[in-house]
This record gives sequence, structure tokens and C-alpha cells, in this order.
Amino acid sequence: MQSTLTRTVRLGVRSLMLHKLRAILTTLGVLFGVSSVIAMLAIGEGASAEAQDQIRQLGSQNVILRSVKPAEDQNTTQTTRVLSYGLTQQDLDRVKDTFPGVRRVVPLRELPEETRFGSRVLRPDVISTMPSYVEVTGRVVSMGRFLNDFDQRSVSNVCVLGHEVARYLFPFQGPVGQRVKIGADYFTVVGTLLPRVRLGSDRANPGEEITGEVFIPLSTGRKWFGDILVKLRAGSREMEEVQLHEIIVEVGHPENVPMVAAACREMLSRNHDERDYEVVVPLELLLRAEETKRIFNIVLGSIAGISLLVGGIGIMNVMLATVTERTREIGIRRALGAKRRHIITQFLVETVVLSVGGGILGILLGVIIPIAVEHFADMRTIVTPGAPLLAFGISAGIGVIFGLYPAWRAANMDPVEALRHE
Amino acid sequence: MAAPEELPAVAELEDVHRVYLMGDNEVRALNGFSFTFRQGQYWAIMGSSGSGKSTLLNILGCIDRVTSGIYRLGGEDVASLDDDDLSDLRSRRLGFVFQSYNLIPQLNVLENMQVPLFYQDDPPEDGEDRARALAERVGLGDRLDHRPQELSGGQQQRVAIARALINDPTLILADEATGNLDSQTAQEILDLFDELHDEGKTILLVTHEPDIGTRAEHILRLKDGLIEEVLSNGRSGL
Repeated sequence: MQSTLTRTVRLGVRSLMLHKLRAILTTLGVLFGVSSVIAMLAIGEGASAEAQDQIRQLGSQNVILRSVKPAEDQNTTQTTRVLSYGLTQQDLDRVKDTFPGVRRVVPLRELPEETRFGSRVLRPDVISTMPSYVEVTGRVVSMGRFLNDFDQRSVSNVCVLGHEVARYLFPFQGPVGQRVKIGADYFTVVGTLLPRVRLGSDRANPGEEITGEVFIPLSTGRKWFGDILVKLRAGSREMEEVQLHEIIVEVGHPENVPMVAAACREMLSRNHDERDYEVVVPLELLLRAEETKRIFNIVLGSIAGISLLVGGIGIMNVMLATVTERTREIGIRRALGAKRRHIITQFLVETVVLSVGGGILGILLGVIIPIAVEHFADMRTIVTPGAPLLAFGISAGIGVIFGLYPAWRAANMDPVEALRHE
Repeated sequence: MAAPEELPAVAELEDVHRVYLMGDNEVRALNGFSFTFRQGQYWAIMGSSGSGKSTLLNILGCIDRVTSGIYRLGGEDVASLDDDDLSDLRSRRLGFVFQSYNLIPQLNVLENMQVPLFYQDDPPEDGEDRARALAERVGLGDRLDHRPQELSGGQQQRVAIARALINDPTLILADEATGNLDSQTAQEILDLFDELHDEGKTILLVTHEPDIGTRAEHILRLKDGLIEEVLSNGRSGL
């Protein structure tokens, strides 16, 4: 003999199947509510994970100081003069020597030089930096090696190519050991790096095509290209003097990051007349991203709550109609010995079958939507295991909450009246 | 045949009143009704509409309560029972047969017959076997998986009678059980009641048709919530 619950559930399904269209339409409310919750959560989770990954690439233990070109004077644009701004060697020394909690400091200069191999030409970011760059930023060498201390001391003409540059210049051969021309000089390629995900806030012009990166020793860069950078732009020549474009400050312990960031801001504001720098703290960005995500989740939760509420009201409405319609059946069952709780269970089970049925279909749809979004919109989505479980729980809860009143109405009918009902 | 006084009492009613409020008017459906139905008797309860016969049946069937007075079913005082106990009593001790069959449309024949057992606190193990046997008994052994709407009226009423018998009730209550049937089918159903009576079941049949009343062992005629007359059809004296 089957258990009472199985029988009640089977009976519930059968009762619902007497009105198939009605049952299907009723489940739609919960279906769309649940699926939109899961899909939106997955998309939100994916976007936030993406943002966090990008921020982590900057290094959550790092504080990044950048040179920013100050707002230009209208008068100076015509005349050819050297615009001098940005971080200086002294800034670097102050950070390195006086700040407690700082483990390593990596300076970067960006040189606007052409890079060519044979007939292939590219204008990547030529970055002159220190060997520790690769460790501080967590970049990964894919072939050969990164710059080392010997290159730095001996002012060698060596370079490391970013992934895109290596692929473009050397489509058919290994780049390591080849000589590329950067500006007017030849550099031996000693290694290549794996690509990194592009960061929205990383470069001055987000959305611009990745031009790639070429790394050369800081000393070599200074020797060949000096401190004055000549930029050719739309027919005019522009000269800038920037000692350092970027200083990556690696902090020993994450908890010291806010302190070091504050110290950097303080130091820079004291030593720079103009605001020709910015301080980027990935950890702060990370916290901000998490806060954004939290707000996003609250908004999402409210929307989901409303849609599920509407679904629940729909179910309750239909169940009230069903109870009225089946007054006679209730009377029969009561006459044949059904207790109030039997009637309550019967109708509650029916409501829960409706809502959970909608919930399960909603979970399926809610898992399919993110896959489709990932496929067609090229967005990252993450369906956390908790989301379907939560949705399932919510839909079952809706069934119980919105089923209680109709079931209670059914159970409290007078059997005599109910039997007389046509 | 033994004298009725010597038969055990099944349902005893003493000075039963049932008063309804219809708006501001009090309707006295039963007005000091006293009677004892005894084991194995087959009564036709007759009377014009408003005579209180339906109210009597509802009270006997424990789906309605007395306003005042005493009702004992199998010696148990029903007035002191709560809703759950009354439900329990219905599922174990009573069998209902209604005018419009009142089968449950979502259930097949076999399941419909077992409904009273479903609601017992401790359902018997052999419920399905009982149902099969009863289906054979009422001539529906080959219709077990049919839904009510696939059966004729007579067949549906046979299922309803089988359902009323599934819990081996103390009392079978039939309300105009042949009212929706053609006369041929009605006769078959009444034959079935006769058989049950011969087996010693206690049957109370509410009807307004004299023809049917005369098929019963005794007739109890009601008027204005009181007994108008008690007749015996000669099959056994009162």
C-alpha cells in the first residue's frame, strides 16, 4: 500500500489535470518568476565575478600610482613646447625608502615607439620596467623568460613581447631569439607573456583596440629614448616629459593597503602642484564592486520578490476558484470521513504541486537562459548551486503560503451545505 | 423473528431538536424527535419536503449536530464528540448512498470505493481486496479502472453502494438513492438493498416515493419534525 503522502500528491496531480490549461497557465506565473530570478542572479554573478577578476589582476595587494596628463591650457596647444608632468623619480624613492609596509616598488614608463619585424609593424605600448614587474602583477611568462637584473644592469637591448604582439609579429615562427626593431634600435626577444583579460579601467581609453605590450629594461629605455616623449598626433607634434608613467607599490599585507594608499595620496598631494597623478587601489575597487553587487542583489531580490508574489496571488486566485468549484467534492469527502486536516492537506498539496511544478520548470528555464546569454551575448554567467535551491524553496513556500487560505476555506465548509451545492 | 425490542439499538434519538436560523426566522426541522433504530432493520423514512427527513438523515450521519437532545450511535453519545471524532465515526461506522451518486471524478472505481478507508486513522491492510470483492458483488468486477463519468447512472450508484459497504458500517444511510435512476435500474438497486437487508445490514432509506417505501421493512413517516406514523410492511411485525 502506497504511503498517504504519495497518494495525496498523485491525487493532487490528477485533480489538477482535470483542468490542464488552467494548471499550466497558473504555473506560468511562478515559472517566469523563478526563471528570471535564477537567470538574473547568474548574469549578475557573472558580471561581478568578471569585475572582481579584472580588479584582482591589478593585484589586490597593490597600490597603483599613475601619471595623468593635466587639463591642457588652450593657449599652449599651438606652440611647440615640452609638457612636463607626472610622477617623478623622487616620488618613487620616497615610496620605496620611507613607507612602512611596502614590499616592492615597480616603476613603469610607456614609450610611444613603433615595433617592427620585417614588414610587420605595430604600435604597441612599449613599457620599460623592472624585472619584478612580472611578479608584482602576477603576469605569466609563456615562452623564454622575463627581463632580469642582468638586463637591467647591463642596459641590454632585450625585450619581452606581450601575447598579441608576439602573435602579430611572428605568426609562423617562435619569437624567442629573434631581433625586433623598436624605434631605431634592434632588441633581442627573450620571452613572451600570456595574455591578460583586458581591464575596463586599466588604460586611458577603454574600448580602444588592444595594441599589445612590449617590455624592455627601464635602464635601456632611458638610454635610448630619454625622458622626452614625442607623440605624433593628427598632424601636430606633441612633446611630453614624463619621468614615470606608473608606479606599482606592492604592500606586504593586504590590511596595510588602505594605510599605504592614504600615505601615497598624502605624499603626492604635498609634492605635486597640479593634480597630474591618480592613485588606483584595486582593493578599494574590489570592495566597491562587492558593495555594488550587494545593492544589485537587493534590487534583484525585490524584483524577484514582486514577480513571485504576483505568481503566488495567481495561484491563490485559481485555488479559491477551484475550492468553490469543488465544494461538492469537499462535502462528499467530509461525509465519507475526511477530517479538516485531510481537506487542508489535499488542497495545500495541490497548490504546492502547482507552485513547485512551476518552480522546477522555472529552474530549468532559469538555467537555460544564462547558457543562451553566454552563447549569444558573450557575457559570463555563473549559476551558483544555491540559486536553484533557493528558487525551489521559495516556490514551495509560495505554494504553502498562498495555499493555506483556500485550503482553510475548503476545510471549514459545512458538510451539509457543501453536499447540497450544485 | 425476534421482537424488535430485543434487537440491539443502533441509533437512539431522545427528544432531539434541530433549529436553523433562516434570517430572523427559526426553523424547527426536528422538534423533540425520539426514536430508536435497531440492528438489522430496513426503514424507509418518508414525508413531504420540510418534514425534517433530510435533517434526520444528516444528524444520523453525523454530518449535522443536534441543537438539543441526545443521539447515541452504537451506544456512543455523539453530542460530546468534536469534529475530528465525528469524521472518524463517519469513516468507520457509517455508509452513505446519495441521490446523485457523489463519486469523486478524479478517482477510478476501485479508488472511489476505498475513499472512506483512506480517511481512517489506521487504514486496514486489505482495503483493495475488500474493494475488489465488493465490486464483484455489485457486478462491476470488470470496471475497476473506469472513471465515474465512463459509467451509467446505475453503475455509478452500485459503486456508491459498494463504497458505503467498504467499512462494514453500523448504519447505511441512503438519501433518495434511486431518485436519478430509471425504474428498471431503480428496481435493481432496490434489489441490492433487499440483499443487504437479508444479510443483516441496518438500512435507512429516505424517499418520497411510496412505491419505494413499500419495499422497505418498515416505514417511518415524518411531519413537521415529528413522527407522524410508523408502519410495518408485514415482512416482520413491529
